[in-house]
Amino acid sequence: MAGARSFPTRGVLNRPRFSPVDVIVFVVIVLLLFGVLRLAHAMNASTATARVTVISTRPSELPYYAARSLLRMFIAFFLSIAFTFVYATAAARSRRARLVLIPLLDILQSVPVLGFLAITITFFIALFPGSVLGLECASIFAIFTSQAWNMTFSMYHSLITEPTELDEAARMFRLTKWERFWRLDVPGSMIGLVWNGMMSFGGGWFFLAASEAISVGNTKYTLPGIGSYVQAAVDKGDLAEVGAAIAVMVIMVVGVNVLFWRPLVAYAEKFRVETSEAAEQPKSYVLNFLRQSRVPGYISRPLRPVGRDLDRATRPFGLAESPLRTFGYKRRSGDVAFTVVTGAVILWGIYRAAVYFDHTAGFSPFIRCLGLGFLTFARVAVVVVASTLIWVPVGAKIGMSPRLSRYAQPVVQVLASFPAILLFPFAIVIFLALGISLNFGGILLMALGAQWYILFNVIAGASAIPTDLRELMDQFRVPWRQKWRQLILPGIFPYYVTGGITAAGGAWNASIVAEIATYGTHHLTASGLGAYIAQATVKGDFPGVLAGIVVMSFYVVVVNRLLWRPLYHLAETKYSL
Amino acid sequence: MTSTLPGTTPSYEPTGEVIIEAGHVTKHFTTPDGQPLPVLEDISLQLHAGEIVALLGKSGSGKSTLLRCIAGLIAPTTGTVACRGTAINGANPGVAMVFQTFALLPWLTVQANTEMGLEARGMPPAERHRRALKMIDLIGLDGFEQAYPRELSGGMRQRVGFARALVVEPDALLMDEPFSALDVLTAENLRNELLSLWGGKDFPTKAILIVTHNIEEAVQMADRIFVLSSSPGRFKAEIHCRLPRPRDRRSPEFEALVDQIYGIMTERTPEAGQQTTVVEPGLASPTDIPLPHASVGALAGLLDILSKRGGRDDLPVLARLLNFEVDDLLPVVDAAEMLGFAAVAHADIELTATGKALVEADILVSKKLFAAAARERAPLVKAIVRALETTKDQTLDQQFFLNLLGRGFSEDEARAQLDTAIQWGRYAELFDYTADNRELLLTGPEDEIPE
Repeated sequence: MAGARSFPTRGVLNRPRFSPVDVIVFVVIVLLLFGVLRLAHAMNASTATARVTVISTRPSELPYYAARSLLRMFIAFFLSIAFTFVYATAAARSRRARLVLIPLLDILQSVPVLGFLAITITFFIALFPGSVLGLECASIFAIFTSQAWNMTFSMYHSLITEPTELDEAARMFRLTKWERFWRLDVPGSMIGLVWNGMMSFGGGWFFLAASEAISVGNTKYTLPGIGSYVQAAVDKGDLAEVGAAIAVMVIMVVGVNVLFWRPLVAYAEKFRVETSEAAEQPKSYVLNFLRQSRVPGYISRPLRPVGRDLDRATRPFGLAESPLRTFGYKRRSGDVAFTVVTGAVILWGIYRAAVYFDHTAGFSPFIRCLGLGFLTFARVAVVVVASTLIWVPVGAKIGMSPRLSRYAQPVVQVLASFPAILLFPFAIVIFLALGISLNFGGILLMALGAQWYILFNVIAGASAIPTDLRELMDQFRVPWRQKWRQLILPGIFPYYVTGGITAAGGAWNASIVAEIATYGTHHLTASGLGAYIAQATVKGDFPGVLAGIVVMSFYVVVVNRLLWRPLYHLAETKYSL
Repeated sequence: MTSTLPGTTPSYEPTGEVIIEAGHVTKHFTTPDGQPLPVLEDISLQLHAGEIVALLGKSGSGKSTLLRCIAGLIAPTTGTVACRGTAINGANPGVAMVFQTFALLPWLTVQANTEMGLEARGMPPAERHRRALKMIDLIGLDGFEQAYPRELSGGMRQRVGFARALVVEPDALLMDEPFSALDVLTAENLRNELLSLWGGKDFPTKAILIVTHNIEEAVQMADRIFVLSSSPGRFKAEIHCRLPRPRDRRSPEFEALVDQIYGIMTERTPEAGQQTTVVEPGLASPTDIPLPHASVGALAGLLDILSKRGGRDDLPVLARLLNFEVDDLLPVVDAAEMLGFAAVAHADIELTATGKALVEADILVSKKLFAAAARERAPLVKAIVRALETTKDQTLDQQFFLNLLGRGFSEDEARAQLDTAIQWGRYAELFDYTADNRELLLTGPEDEIPE
């Protein structure tokens, strides 16, 4: 029996030692490594050249800039994963940590990422004096903050809804903390993490493009990248070069989707916990190609002992268990200490902030921001309402036709990922020509990026409506009004709410770059909180920036609580199919 | 302790060394408004080498909770669990568990799942591969080593569950309703294979503790059977079962034992809190006498079959006839008894006069009979009707009742109680529930069934 098993099966003997597939995979891997090494070297260039980096707008330079931008995206993404692992695990496993970490995450999610840039750039430049690394870090940090919170929530949710019996099995078979994390926690969160990662990555392009060229306190900081290329082209007033950058951007977004995300999504299917198969299996040609190759096997084999060594090295951290019996007084005194320390830190923070504002700008910026915030809020509301009126009917039509949605879904996904900021110059040229004020034009700029989230989700919702229900409606010759009221709107509602929250969040963030615009020598400004933050950034007015961010976060949190949360609850309880 | 239990048959004393000992274990959960809710009360148990012990009880008897206390997965409120004389404070190192829902990691192959426990001990790869393959062989999974759980049938999945538990060579094997998620034939097959392995020399574990709600399964497998009463779980009887193995289900001794246990499980004891015939129903509160979770349809079906079989039958026979297990049948029997449609004595069930009338009546009259019985004899239904009658608009938020029920039940059980009451109340046209407003409202006189 054992002898028979050790024989290689016939398939192994028949295989050529190295197939063309393997050669291609191998060459691609080598090229990737080489490229990353080259680019990594450039990231640490001396600042003497960097601060005044003249971005060449020759289209032949575009691939290099695109590669620099792409590397930033991936570094930010891997940082987000690392952050997610630590933060989500801490929040899910520690009762006390959860009390602080989850509300904190909720607030962080509402903070406008771009508003922060002025502060983080100053911080990182001070951290790496004399090197362009500080700028790189600030840009990566901006992308990171646009991705990490979502992914962390996704993993936290997976961890706290882990099936009880799997948790019990892991404890019963005495897995160590480390083993449990890699055998149970990570695989169990994988599907949610991959889908959320894909969406967050798509959103990250916007912040990449916005963070590569920025002025803080009259100093212009520029990083080589596709965002700064567009900025330079706009300064020159050359729309053809902007067009070239857009073409490269589209190729990059599509390429990352095909070469990275599709394979990952298809691979993640392995980690589905329900033992039944998914209705429609995601497929990826790239993954199939990789699976044919033996190169991944060659790479993973020497890594296996490393994994074992890690298992052994982390053994002293103990089993994934907490003692059954705890002493009440010990626990209570721990709770008291924790509450006192946390409370003291928060109070001290509030006190310091109050002192800071008192010594600098006073509290008047807050009043001003509240008023301006209302104008921006009105724009966001118009964006969401208009997108809803336009895209809900269109999305429902597309979603209910399997043929249409098969083609439309990837296109819309690219549209949603595409950084709308690259399209702004075209819109602004039109505004200038027609004499449209940015007070109204800004709404359109904000909508350029935000609207697609609604369309994307409505399509997904409409295609999830069971076919038999639709056929039933047709069979009874239900008039279209009734059909919409009783089937389509309830069916897409939960998806629409998700799309609406994302669109509103996107619009708030976009307001910081959409309420103020420069094209060549023309300057357009709208009155709103976004413009206020952007102007404060340029002036280097940190108290103003801070006040703007605080007020904007306040608006986002309040609208979430008063509008989206109740809608979400309604969607979950009443309209879940 | 043993001899004081009513169902004890003192023919056998376990002689092997004590592997696991639970001493005076009680477990309280906390109700939503902070009251302690007893689930287990004063349970003492010894598991000896060489024996199979079954914990038998209806749902809500806390048998799975007891198993988890013994496994060291949850802490008892008071009392201790010791493994070979050492009190445990964490997952019990001497046991391995087989789960009702298999609890396999879907992303690991059969072999990797089997090796999980060995890997966690830090065993070198070559050694754990060897042991896992041997166990996979023994348990009948040969050829499936590289398959993923989702490619396997339920029976094969549970075999992986057994292989994973046995390969760590635990002192005792704990099983939480291991066959109840399988179809009848697969379950029977796997049970027999396990028993024949148990009889062999190479079986890697010394004792088995199985939780089940299936009386025949317990009699077929166990040397000792502990019958648990419901809410809170207490040992109601200890039955020693020394039939020679393999046991013949059709032998008179086997059937007599099954009958005896049926009698014990349906018997009303005062502390079980279900003495509906003695306690004046009007005085009992809904938290004293919980509604059995039986649907109106199942209740009508039971009465119907009973009437067709002459108005009286043996419960085990009825269960076999319907292919029901205790968990399915007993709530329906309890409901029939609570509402006065049937009477139970010594594992026999008999239709009462009202029961007969209900079966013979047409739908409207039988609804009336059901309504009368429910509002008189089901404490929760009665309480709801009374409460609704006293309000001005005859409407109350469901939360009002959930809060009341929360004094005596866990959150889930309170919800389940209210759901059952709503189902009964709707059928009886006593009151209705609107899911949109989450309100209960009295059914108006204009809706009432005509005389």
